[in-house]
Amino acid sequence: MTHDRPLLCVENLKVYFQSNGARAHAVDGISFEVREKETVCIVGESGCGKTVSALSILGLIPTPPGEIVDGQIIFSGQNLINLDEKAMQKIRGNHISMVFQEPLTSLNPVFTIGDQIGEAVRTHQQIDTEALFQYCVQLLNDVGIPSPKQRINDYPHQLSGGQRQRVMIAMALACDPDLIIADEPTTALDVTVQAQILALLRSIQKKRSMSVLYISHDLGVVSAIADRIYVMYAGIMVEQGNTDQIFRSARHPYTQGLLASLPSPSKRGKRLHSIPGTVPNPAYKPKGCPFHPRCRQKILSCQQEYPGMCDYGEGHLARCPVLFKPKGYPG
Amino acid sequence: MNMVEKKLSNDFYIESPLPPKRTRMQEFQRHFGQNRLAILGLFIFILFFCCAVTGLFLTSGSRPIFDPAMVRLQEKLRPPLAKPNLDSLQPQEVPALGVYLMGTDDLGRDVFARMLQGAWVSLTVGFVAVGISVLIGIFMGGIAGYFGQHHIRTDHILFTLALILGTGLVIVNYTFIGIVIILLCLAYIFYSCLARHESTEKETPVLKAVLHSNAVSVDTLIMRIVDIMLCFPSFFLILTVVALLPASIYNIMIVIGLTSWMGTTRFVRAEFLSLREQDFVAAAKALGLSNFRIIFRHIMPNAIAPVLVSATIGIASAILTEAGLSFLGFGVPPPHATWGNILSNGKNFIFDAPWLTFIPGVAILIVVLSFNLFGEGLRDVMNPKLRERH
Amino acid sequence: MLSFIGRSVVQKTITLFFVSIVSFLIIHLAPGSPSQVDPMNPKFTPEMVERFQKEFHLDKPLYIQYIYFYQDLFTGKTVSWKDNQSVLKKIWERFLNSLPLFVVGTLITWTLSFPVGIRSAIFRGGIYDRSATFISYVLISIPGFFFAYVLIIFVVTYFHVPVIGMETFGIGDAPATYLFMDRIWHLVLPSMLGATGGIAVLSRYVRSQMLEVEGQDYIRTARAKGLPAEQVHYKHALRNALLPFVTMFGLILPGLIGGSVIIESIFSWPGMGRMAYEAVLARDYPIILTVNFVSAVLVLAGTFISDLLYLVVDPRIRL
Repeated sequence: MTHDRPLLCVENLKVYFQSNGARAHAVDGISFEVREKETVCIVGESGCGKTVSALSILGLIPTPPGEIVDGQIIFSGQNLINLDEKAMQKIRGNHISMVFQEPLTSLNPVFTIGDQIGEAVRTHQQIDTEALFQYCVQLLNDVGIPSPKQRINDYPHQLSGGQRQRVMIAMALACDPDLIIADEPTTALDVTVQAQILALLRSIQKKRSMSVLYISHDLGVVSAIADRIYVMYAGIMVEQGNTDQIFRSARHPYTQGLLASLPSPSKRGKRLHSIPGTVPNPAYKPKGCPFHPRCRQKILSCQQEYPGMCDYGEGHLARCPVLFKPKGYPG
Repeated sequence: MNMVEKKLSNDFYIESPLPPKRTRMQEFQRHFGQNRLAILGLFIFILFFCCAVTGLFLTSGSRPIFDPAMVRLQEKLRPPLAKPNLDSLQPQEVPALGVYLMGTDDLGRDVFARMLQGAWVSLTVGFVAVGISVLIGIFMGGIAGYFGQHHIRTDHILFTLALILGTGLVIVNYTFIGIVIILLCLAYIFYSCLARHESTEKETPVLKAVLHSNAVSVDTLIMRIVDIMLCFPSFFLILTVVALLPASIYNIMIVIGLTSWMGTTRFVRAEFLSLREQDFVAAAKALGLSNFRIIFRHIMPNAIAPVLVSATIGIASAILTEAGLSFLGFGVPPPHATWGNILSNGKNFIFDAPWLTFIPGVAILIVVLSFNLFGEGLRDVMNPKLRERH
Repeated sequence: MLSFIGRSVVQKTITLFFVSIVSFLIIHLAPGSPSQVDPMNPKFTPEMVERFQKEFHLDKPLYIQYIYFYQDLFTGKTVSWKDNQSVLKKIWERFLNSLPLFVVGTLITWTLSFPVGIRSAIFRGGIYDRSATFISYVLISIPGFFFAYVLIIFVVTYFHVPVIGMETFGIGDAPATYLFMDRIWHLVLPSMLGATGGIAVLSRYVRSQMLEVEGQDYIRTARAKGLPAEQVHYKHALRNALLPFVTMFGLILPGLIGGSVIIESIFSWPGMGRMAYEAVLARDYPIILTVNFVSAVLVLAGTFISDLLYLVVDPRIRL
């Protein structure tokens, strides 16, 4: 699986929020890329800045209080940060679309699902009413909604949670985008429905050959779909690599902690591991490595120095010089 | 290196930096401090309060320093800051400041003194009326919210009605029948209190079953009363009652209070309904606390914020209502001054003596505005959901 | 749906019944009595007082008076005690006078508050929002009678137009356009005054509703679709924010009869409010009670209509 041309490339993105008189460094200099036809996952605890990164790609950060301070977001050769609102609207929904976490509140309760899907199409394409109707039915059919001709005139509250998320996906697919950002699309759903939605996302991605940026806190889900994984902690990327590298040979204590806390048959009967402490408040991060107050392997320098990215070869990078001495790292 | 690592693993939990801790009061002050309009409102309100209190002392008593009722016909309609004509005045008629600070009215009375006197009226009407309405509102809303699911038995309603009927009959001079009915009711209530402990009969008679059936829940009853009260056009109702009752400032306060408690009731009920389901109330119940203690120690402090806000804004509207009534000539009997009746007298000279209209009008505007600004500021501070979005 | 309507009607009828009892008791148990039947009034001899009392059923016990009164009311036979005219006819005439005030006032209120409120919400925190907020506080706080005089002074000194009353006295044979303009001038000021409070309250309410909705997830979804800002604000947000206002259409109904006692008496406008005020002064019980009753009916009808409208507009509510 090598898809070498990067579709989306985020470099040193910094998003700060002004709240309660303090400055919250929600996203503090992250870099990642999504290549064509690839599924990339960003994993991290809640509050580590995943959703903010996703929203800033589409320019949906509420300003104020949010502000993109630094960095660039290159999408097929354009820096999205420099685009004005008009140009951004052409990108949203058309080239990059997004599936949100809460399918109930993310659909407008006073419009039918047909209206809402059709609207996405009409915003970006010239299409007559009859063709639009056919296309919407086709979309609903694609995402696995039974008897789409009848359901198209339903309101969101008449659908179940899983069906609502399918509608959200249909909406995201409407203009055949190059990239779909899925922000924890399965978190609010039952486990069985979760599996269905994941399968749906995978099959659609195969069929339409697009890229997916999948954001989740659930490593189990991530292992099932990801080509490459980025692990995020407190607004920074702590580790990146392909699925194998992350799951087989994690180099960062945080990733290791996450993996250890994953339930699996081999751990039956044993107490599950948990990482002590909580994610630091984004306005008051510790000095040095942000993970050090919770880290078992820390050394004195962790409290002082911000750790650099260490290369472990074949695209596997981790922001921890302590655990494994990477090639060419001084000390 | 090894030593260091060992030492570190000993004090494993290095505290990560935390946001500075603030008490609720400090948070409150900080947010309130950012709302400049609300601060202005509070400042004006305190100023008004001081004016009203000093005004009360300066204008009352047998020989007040500022006499609001002193008539000087030769000095009528003097503009503000006019010097009194000392030749034509008796020594005791000269205003205390040596100048008519706000002019005089058509009877030569000092408008400044009258404004001072009126400030106290506005203040007390606002506070007493809202006090009454808040008390009724909390009482009714609290009962509806906390005991709402309890039912009232048919016989209780019937006998309450009968009691009212009996009292009514006594009032309209059917003393004998009235007393008989009241006694009957009391006897039944006495009997039902005694009989409650010995209800071992297997078959209840039909009559008794009907009497003991649940008629309405407390909640329904109270909310229906609220609905009924809301059917009256409020200013017209107040006007009617004030007009029918003998003119007095206390009647105005009571009537405004009695006709404006519905909003508070609804607020308090809603708060109580949601708080009653919260876990800390369940915990308090599990500890075996009395209802009284749960209501006053656990629920009330959480429910009081919106009541305070609506009370502050209620004071503003009570002052406006009182001014409106005074303007129409109801309420405080002359010669006692209120801002409303100064303006009402002044309207006849609106082109010759505009200050008689503008001084009380602007005063009412500023005071009411200050209450509204303060109340809205409180609301913003106390509602975190709203605060986030600003 | 039908069962909802049925239940509603029954409930509202019961409420109305209690309202009629309460208002009747308030009026009749208050101390004092109408001047015509007051034995202390020197204008009336004891015989006249007795005749009046008999005629108005005042010699009967209260509950019989109650039945008589509402019997008369429903058969349309109630007459004013002051001038023996039919109360319903009187109310209808005054109602027609008040109607233009009400209609113009409501139109001004609704057409002004929505743009102001929506704009404030979209540009929240900006200079427009802040000044609109402050002005609406001032409008809420200003006593209507004071504002009326300020406006009268302003209009009379700068435009030299008479504004008191419904039309200028004694211009019966002027040209039609002049008459028309005269009526308009007389109408504008009182209806604007009637609208001030409404504009302030409603625009604040529109603003807070819009703010509430703008923070919802589906607004983010709409933006993520690439919709232009206008479509996000005026289609997705506004449609949701409007839901509560649909119910307010019902609630403006009672305003029809309440009118404004103060404004109508300042402008000598022969409308409902002024009639009610005069009836209170004269203790003309039938008029007071009828006005009260009719307005209670309007309040109940208003809430009923708004409930129904809500059913129609909000797809989430189905019975």
